[in-house]
Amino acid sequence: MESFRKNIRVFFAFFGPTAGWLMLFFFVPLAIIWVYSFGENVSLTEIKTTWTLENYKRLFESEILVLFWRSLLLSVTSTAICLLIGYPLALVIATASRGAKPWLLLIIILPFWTNLLIRTYALLNILGTRGRLNDLLEWFWNLGDGALDLIGLGALNLLGESFVPIKFLGTPLGVVIGLVYVHLPFTVLPIYSALERLDRNYLEASLDLGASQWRTFRSILLPLTMVGVATAAIITFIPMLGSFLTPDMLGRGQVDMIANVISRQFKSANDWPFGAALSLFLLYITFILLALQAIYEMRKGGQRDG
Amino acid sequence: MVKQRRNPFDYAGKPSMRLIFLLGTIFLYAPIIVMIIFSFNNSRRGGNVIWKGFTTKYYEKAFNNDSLVEAFVNSLTIAVVSTVFAVILGAMTAVVLWRFRFPLKPVFSGMVALPIVIPEICMGVSLAVFFSAIGFQMPQGTPYPFNLTNIIIAHITFSFPFAAMVIRTRLSSFNREMEEAAKDLGASEFQVFRDILLPHMRPGLIAGALLAFTLSLDDFVITFFTSGPNTVTFPVKVYSMVRFSVTPEINAASTILILVTLVVTALAMRFQNIGDTEK
Repeated sequence: MESFRKNIRVFFAFFGPTAGWLMLFFFVPLAIIWVYSFGENVSLTEIKTTWTLENYKRLFESEILVLFWRSLLLSVTSTAICLLIGYPLALVIATASRGAKPWLLLIIILPFWTNLLIRTYALLNILGTRGRLNDLLEWFWNLGDGALDLIGLGALNLLGESFVPIKFLGTPLGVVIGLVYVHLPFTVLPIYSALERLDRNYLEASLDLGASQWRTFRSILLPLTMVGVATAAIITFIPMLGSFLTPDMLGRGQVDMIANVISRQFKSANDWPFGAALSLFLLYITFILLALQAIYEMRKGGQRDG
Repeated sequence: MVKQRRNPFDYAGKPSMRLIFLLGTIFLYAPIIVMIIFSFNNSRRGGNVIWKGFTTKYYEKAFNNDSLVEAFVNSLTIAVVSTVFAVILGAMTAVVLWRFRFPLKPVFSGMVALPIVIPEICMGVSLAVFFSAIGFQMPQGTPYPFNLTNIIIAHITFSFPFAAMVIRTRLSSFNREMEEAAKDLGASEFQVFRDILLPHMRPGLIAGALLAFTLSLDDFVITFFTSGPNTVTFPVKVYSMVRFSVTPEINAASTILILVTLVVTALAMRFQNIGDTEK
């Protein structure tokens, strides 16, 4: 690597355009939002920057606190489910034969390359009260009911009178399914790469010394891949918390998350200053989470080296 | 590792784990496959409730829906134009970070990565506010494709950091002695760049371009905020159609877009493989 002074013209020829672009179309817009978040609506179209803190105070209104709590709960639940599903998936990929590995990875990554809107729309098709998922559940219900009849318990109606379709759309359940569906690849990849780096001799030693499979998993495998799990949790959680499309399409306005309310301030409610304050709040949370993850990784890395 | 011993790490061989993987795969693919199947459903009523026989008429309908086709063409145009710029900016960023030592370098490197990590909604909203604050709006009747400028700017901004990341990875495998040899033999700065560095970067440039292209084609949220009433992309159009009803026509259009994405992805992976073996 050479010092930029040695070749200052070449340096600025490369540095100038990118830094300029980033400044103009990324940081200036964020700065404008930041200024607006201290503004007030004076008329329908005019915003005056009065450096008021009113917009930030409104973040503590009960309605907004409920919104934060709901967003947090949905994201935490979905992240937990992603980890529970994602860990075994990553484990299978990491231990597959050399030939099978790239294909298994591809299976997980491919949906990720498909348009997010289309994936969400595809879920919308399935999750309706008369959608395919309820068809499947009804089929299982009939199967179960038939089985009960067969063993002479049919009269007890253990499964209820008839099949009641589950309402997914417009409920937290539907949104959680959507969030997990969309973000699962984010979870699998970091766990997979942690498993790949793992020294497998530890597992062998543990099993040789008489520990059970479960004990080995709990005391060796999981702790050794914890950094990967933490990374997976963070990079799954962050985009979930800022989700717009999934709660919008599957929640149908009944299960709003932060981004839906932000969007409404700009699209229909026309309260830009409050929308700006909400956006910045979401941005700050993202930064805090990223910083926490960086600190965690540094600490873990330090431990291993020392 | 000794092969004949029972491998303690052989989770992939366990039937229970295989079942979990199979269920995971079904979970990821079933919705998309069902959607594709029902794009051939011969049912006039939307909602895709019952299978009524095979038809391709919804593909015809999608192709004859002018506003849908226009949105599709817009999406492709935006993707192509923004990809060109994203790759140029991404390559420049990668070269700067790879070649030079300069003050506050970690800060710059972090700033370039920022568009990757911040929530899409924040970026969409801030760009929308920015365009309106400076009054940057293409006047009615601007010739195609310049009427799409706002969206294209937005797409370049969020995709070039991804391209920079991919290209930087490729650059890290560059052998600097080649550059020095060329210079010793009298090559100018520009000649070194054109004849030595650029050919080495090529697989990275292609991989970065394909990534930027799919990201642009995929984006909904940021486009949703930066598009005007007359400049609509495919995802935004589908979104507005879904608001009214779920129709086989949207399934058909979505299937076509999935095909396009699959082809681009396959190309991307082919080029990445070539890049790996070239080393």
